[in-house]
Amino acid sequence: MRYVDEFRDPVLAQNLSASIALEAGAGFGYRFMEFCGGHTHALSRYGVLGMLPSNVQMIHGPGCPVCVLPIGRIDFAIRLALEHDVILCSYGDCLRVPASDGLSLLKARAQGADVRMVYSALDACKIAADNPQSQVVFFAIGFETTTPPTASIIKQAHAAGLKNFSVLCNHVLTLPAMEAILNQPGGVPLDGFVGPAHVSTVIGSAPYQLVAQRYRKPVVIAGFEPLDMLQAILMLLRQVNTGRAEVENEFTRAVTPQGNRKAQALVNEVFEVRDAFEWRGLGSLPWSGLKLRAEFAQYDAEARYPEMHFVSVPDHKACECGAILRGEKRPQECKIFGTVCTPDNPIGACMVSSEGACAAHYTYGRYRDVMQEGS
Amino acid sequence: MSKAAYVRPLDMAHGRVDMSHGSGGRAMAQLIAELFAAALGNEYLAQGNDGALLPQINGRLVMSTDAHVVAPLFFPGGDIGCLSVRGTINDIAMMGAQPLYLAASFILEEGYPLADLKRIVDSMAQAARAAGVPIVTGDTKVVEQGKGDGVFITTTGVGVAYDGVTLSGDLAQPGDKILLSGAIGDHGMAILSQREGLAFDAPILSDTAALHGLVAAMIASGAKLRVLRDPTRGGLATTLNEIARQSGVGMMLQENTIPVNPAVAAACEFLGLDALYVANEGKLIAICAAEDAERLLAAMRAHPLGQRAAIIGAVLEDARGFVQMTTRMGGCRMVDWLNGEQLPRIC
Amino acid sequence: MCLAIPALVVELLPADMARIDLDGMRKEVSLSLVDDVAVGDYVIVHVGYALQKLDPEEAAQTLALFAELARQP
Ligand code: SF4
Repeated sequence: MRYVDEFRDPVLAQNLSASIALEAGAGFGYRFMEFCGGHTHALSRYGVLGMLPSNVQMIHGPGCPVCVLPIGRIDFAIRLALEHDVILCSYGDCLRVPASDGLSLLKARAQGADVRMVYSALDACKIAADNPQSQVVFFAIGFETTTPPTASIIKQAHAAGLKNFSVLCNHVLTLPAMEAILNQPGGVPLDGFVGPAHVSTVIGSAPYQLVAQRYRKPVVIAGFEPLDMLQAILMLLRQVNTGRAEVENEFTRAVTPQGNRKAQALVNEVFEVRDAFEWRGLGSLPWSGLKLRAEFAQYDAEARYPEMHFVSVPDHKACECGAILRGEKRPQECKIFGTVCTPDNPIGACMVSSEGACAAHYTYGRYRDVMQEGS
Repeated sequence: MSKAAYVRPLDMAHGRVDMSHGSGGRAMAQLIAELFAAALGNEYLAQGNDGALLPQINGRLVMSTDAHVVAPLFFPGGDIGCLSVRGTINDIAMMGAQPLYLAASFILEEGYPLADLKRIVDSMAQAARAAGVPIVTGDTKVVEQGKGDGVFITTTGVGVAYDGVTLSGDLAQPGDKILLSGAIGDHGMAILSQREGLAFDAPILSDTAALHGLVAAMIASGAKLRVLRDPTRGGLATTLNEIARQSGVGMMLQENTIPVNPAVAAACEFLGLDALYVANEGKLIAICAAEDAERLLAAMRAHPLGQRAAIIGAVLEDARGFVQMTTRMGGCRMVDWLNGEQLPRIC
Repeated sequence: MCLAIPALVVELLPADMARIDLDGMRKEVSLSLVDDVAVGDYVIVHVGYALQKLDPEEAAQTLALFAELARQP
């Protein structure tokens, strides 16, 4: 695969890894957060974490849309499918997430709900066109990357005059979540961020100036391939070691300072910022989510089914996701990690998707813990 | 033939399965004669009894059964018919046995086109004939429309174990080598490419194949085999975890030795899937003593179904039963059990 | 988050769609979020939409930088 395989070269990876070790030296520890769940997944899956010296620690951030999606939003979707007989379309990622009453979208399907997995919002729109007698609701989740496709499909549905299509919008924003982490009382022990790859293709690199300038934290935007991540970590180390806090862009092959203006304009036309949106693990964050503008209310499932409303569901008391997402704790420090809480039976947000901090550690990295215990 | 006894032949072009085809009456007899027996015909089936009377078999018997449901019923590279024959042949072969006979049971949904049923049965017949394993007895039931998914097929097989060969999932020992017979993920990806909402075009065919010939060649090599398994549902990763747990050992794989066809790898990237967890229908995993690994590998590569065979790792001492892998990047990770059905990771 | 992959545009289709190829895997994706895409371009594809054109020169520079940065610690 062109532009993929070159960025997985093992020899260059070993070189970069050696440079990282040299740059990190024997000095104090470095703590970087990869905001994005895609990075979390890739760091684990390619074994990149094991190529870092022990004084460089990666903290897994909240950039996993499935993880931070509150249970109450999935309950909402399930009730739409079970009680209102809608055809509910969702990306595959959300189907297994446990919701209230022992349900999930997949289990709701087993109870007779019409839940369909789609690869693209385009498919959801097509299902609506093919089933004019049914209401079709698209369960839209994701950060700035996934929002423009949703905006585009709403415009397309509008142009086609589709009367039976609506969107349950759970789109969220990257920077408010970064700020929420940085605004922790007492400060956060973080030395910098690996910035999201594909979110940044849309929003550009410029918005992260806020993090660099106001919070004095270096940000390096990185692609999702292993070499991209190693390179970004090296660039972060160099910033810290020379006392800089800048926004640097490692992913220049797809990210520009302004991002994708066309996509941004489309999103602005269709969506507006909510006053607040609940994030699983982080709580309610101001100005952190999007909803459809009033002009598009007919495509807004929340407006179309006003009798339904979001009910917040608290997480398990033992769950340490908040502390993990803020970088204060590591998954293995949660008392119920790997015992009560596993990917088969996720109790908290970070275990829900393979991009979550706890699930990534359980699936790819836990052999290290046990070895440490045993030795 | 007298006028009263004349029976109109089945309308294979436009006819459909109806409830009478499962009722035990004349319609069922006709379906069996004109569709099943005509395609599958062999001396045992021709006995026409409730069961088949088979010649004496000497040796240890192996028996296995497998229910087949697949959507779509026809997919790139195969269909439920050939799949159901080969699936059971492979289960017998993985026991270190020579498959001898098969039985097949059909659950048909009312309204299913006879033309498609004929295609499926013909495909079974061809697969059974090519493998040299006849279908000697069978049964058919019909369920009402909406209560089935077209066609379900259960096949049961009988075989006889090779002398002196005992294979079992709990026999892997630290130091043993792990071999894989070819590229992974083709079957699961061929099915996925047809799935509503995900459909894509790709030069990917199911790898469905009967592996008993390959197994015979491996056993003939004289290598000390301990475990054979075909990594079907759940893929390579899940099957290796099963063996590790059964044997109470760990494993270390080398990612760069595991063959994956480019289009399968690309589709995995595109959909956020891991080929290690994607189903296969014509591949096997072998675990053997380290000193025999090269000999076994040579025997596998000499067989048409094992040309891309590779040694992909080794068995380790590890009571936790962890399967680990050195990644292509030179890092290390765990290869865990599959958590439920693998769903695309997209957003 | 946001699985996306660079793929080659092999055919422009009506209604702002295009056929992309990734090592033999082909799929139709929407070009409605990007401008001036031509056959032969690589685009970053996410949930059936091209999000950005990939800049081949920048990609080459990044690869060159890897080699260089990794050499001069
Ligand atoms: S292991 Fe489970 S309960 Fe503990 S912090 Fe992680 S997600 Fe929460």
